[in-house]
Amino acid sequence: MVFVSPLIALVLTLLAGVVLFSVMGVNPQAALYAFFIEPLTSKYGWGELGVKATPLILIGVALSIGFRSGVWNIGAEGQLTLGAICGGGIALLFYDTEAFFVLPLMVVCGILGGMLWAAIPAWLRTSFNANEILTSLMLTYVATLLLSLLVHGPWRDPDGFNFPESRIFSDSATLPIILSGTRLHMGWVFALAFVAAAWVMLARTIIGFQVKVVGEAPAAARYAGFSVNKMIWFSLLLGGGAAGLAGLVEVSGPIGQLLPTVSPGYGFTAIIVAFVGRLHPVGVLFAGLLMALSYLGGESAQISMNLPLAVTGVFQGLLLFFLLGCDVLIQYRVVTRTLISKRAH
Amino acid sequence: MDIIIASLLTIITAATPLLYASIGEMITEKSGVLNLGVEGMMLMGAVCGFAVIHFTGSETLAILAGLSAGMGMAAIFAMLVLGFQSSQVATGLALTIFGIGLSALLGQDLVGIAYDGLPKIAIPFLSDIPVAGLLLFHHDVMVYGSVIIVILSAWFLNKTRAGLILRAVGNSHDAAHAIGYPVIRIRFMAILFGGAMSGLAGAYLSLAYSPLWIENMSAGRGWIALALVVFATWRPWRVMAGAYLFGGITILQLHLQAQGVGVPAQVMSMLPYLATILVLVLISRNQSKIKLNAPACIGKPFQPTS
Repeated sequence: MVFVSPLIALVLTLLAGVVLFSVMGVNPQAALYAFFIEPLTSKYGWGELGVKATPLILIGVALSIGFRSGVWNIGAEGQLTLGAICGGGIALLFYDTEAFFVLPLMVVCGILGGMLWAAIPAWLRTSFNANEILTSLMLTYVATLLLSLLVHGPWRDPDGFNFPESRIFSDSATLPIILSGTRLHMGWVFALAFVAAAWVMLARTIIGFQVKVVGEAPAAARYAGFSVNKMIWFSLLLGGGAAGLAGLVEVSGPIGQLLPTVSPGYGFTAIIVAFVGRLHPVGVLFAGLLMALSYLGGESAQISMNLPLAVTGVFQGLLLFFLLGCDVLIQYRVVTRTLISKRAH
Repeated sequence: MDIIIASLLTIITAATPLLYASIGEMITEKSGVLNLGVEGMMLMGAVCGFAVIHFTGSETLAILAGLSAGMGMAAIFAMLVLGFQSSQVATGLALTIFGIGLSALLGQDLVGIAYDGLPKIAIPFLSDIPVAGLLLFHHDVMVYGSVIIVILSAWFLNKTRAGLILRAVGNSHDAAHAIGYPVIRIRFMAILFGGAMSGLAGAYLSLAYSPLWIENMSAGRGWIALALVVFATWRPWRVMAGAYLFGGITILQLHLQAQGVGVPAQVMSMLPYLATILVLVLISRNQSKIKLNAPACIGKPFQPTS
């Protein structure tokens, strides 16, 4: 039953979309078509869906494990940025080297960069009791400024006419395309593998069991001797590592260089993805594809109907609202006062 | 001397939005509800305030529009959290994401429009005092309002019966419910007040601090306000001190950037965020202090058992 409420929420979001578009004076049928159908009318479009879903799924899966254990890592966007910085830094360091080791080294550094950024809130929480929601979020702003500093300064392309962007990565620093005629790259395989690994971990391993117990019954977890601090470190490092990988995948895949902004808010959208996916890896896979479609739809509606890109954010927020509201209708039954008195007799 | 007065004045304008937002959030949290949607409510307040000043030219209506926009957003949050008992953390995040999107959508035609800013009101006689007069008695109406709000909320929380009930609901909703206080209704009003204040904070940004509208113009101030509430250990006067401290840090880094200190601008811009982390760590590391001051029921859903 828990998978019903995302579907109801989706239907309600579409209805709200009809109202929203009507208010804006746009033909709702054409707008919804541009949003949800048009992007998927070509092979290239399906490839783009995978490209956009890759970072969302990577981060969403990791965040859902954290949310299950009651650790609120809200700063995945910053961890993604650090992954892009560290992985991209390797690409710039070896920009004139054509060698097989460059890409694996970038992946490792991207993951480590994200982990490093997530380790700060983990340390502040476990040692100083500082709320990880606020610290991880503040670090997102710091990470964005750090990236801006690097591409405006030391990492700026020397032949780039002073534009704030790095050199374009060499071929050996770029993720291979796995579907010709599209931009779908190796990162998609990483995302699918991560979904499978997380599923096995949650269902079949001790650490997965601990995640569930700490989140659902903290008192029982304490009694069983599970360390809450260990859980905080585990959740944040996993989230940071996955977000770092997502950042690296973005810069060495579709972007191909470092820019002042490397993500349209994937780290925040992944929070919605985690909830819509019911905090389950397979659910997150589908939710990630759905949210990826909302990004594609936003772009397509902007091009074909001149609608603002911000519509995407409104849709995403609405979906999460409806989902949270629907959950109560799934978990509880609506009972009228007359029904109660009838039963009492 | 003039430069010092000018910087002190800008500190006041930088502190005012933080003050509004964190006082509102403090009252909400005192009732036992954590609303992480401050950033979204602020942005809605900012865009609605600016839209009304652009179309009607009336400052009063603009301020009211900001207030109502924040309140409307808070009402959505209250309905989900109190009515549908959804997770406060998740709903607050949804409110922020929704607010960022909706404000950008509403404000797309307002980008690039200029406005002179709220007029300054000089208080007769008092504003003629050298230095202090200019510093304390020559501001726009919302700066005066923010100070009045602090005084009123300190009085309300500590000196009135209603304030005592609000704190009781935040500390033990079951006990308050057993005595017969309407927990849900009290929390609903506290959430609405928080939303109204966040809306005012946003309106101040787009009407006075930098009188224009740009997407995402609050730039994390809503989150800093949340941290300020912890920093202030849920006490109104400390919220005010915290807001002015952060206003000071914001202005200091802007001045240092303008002076061309040999540090890149981005590093300077990191300062407010790093300072937020620092104060959060300094306050939170004393766990007993947090436990003593934080509302005991914060973040916990309430199910009335009749």
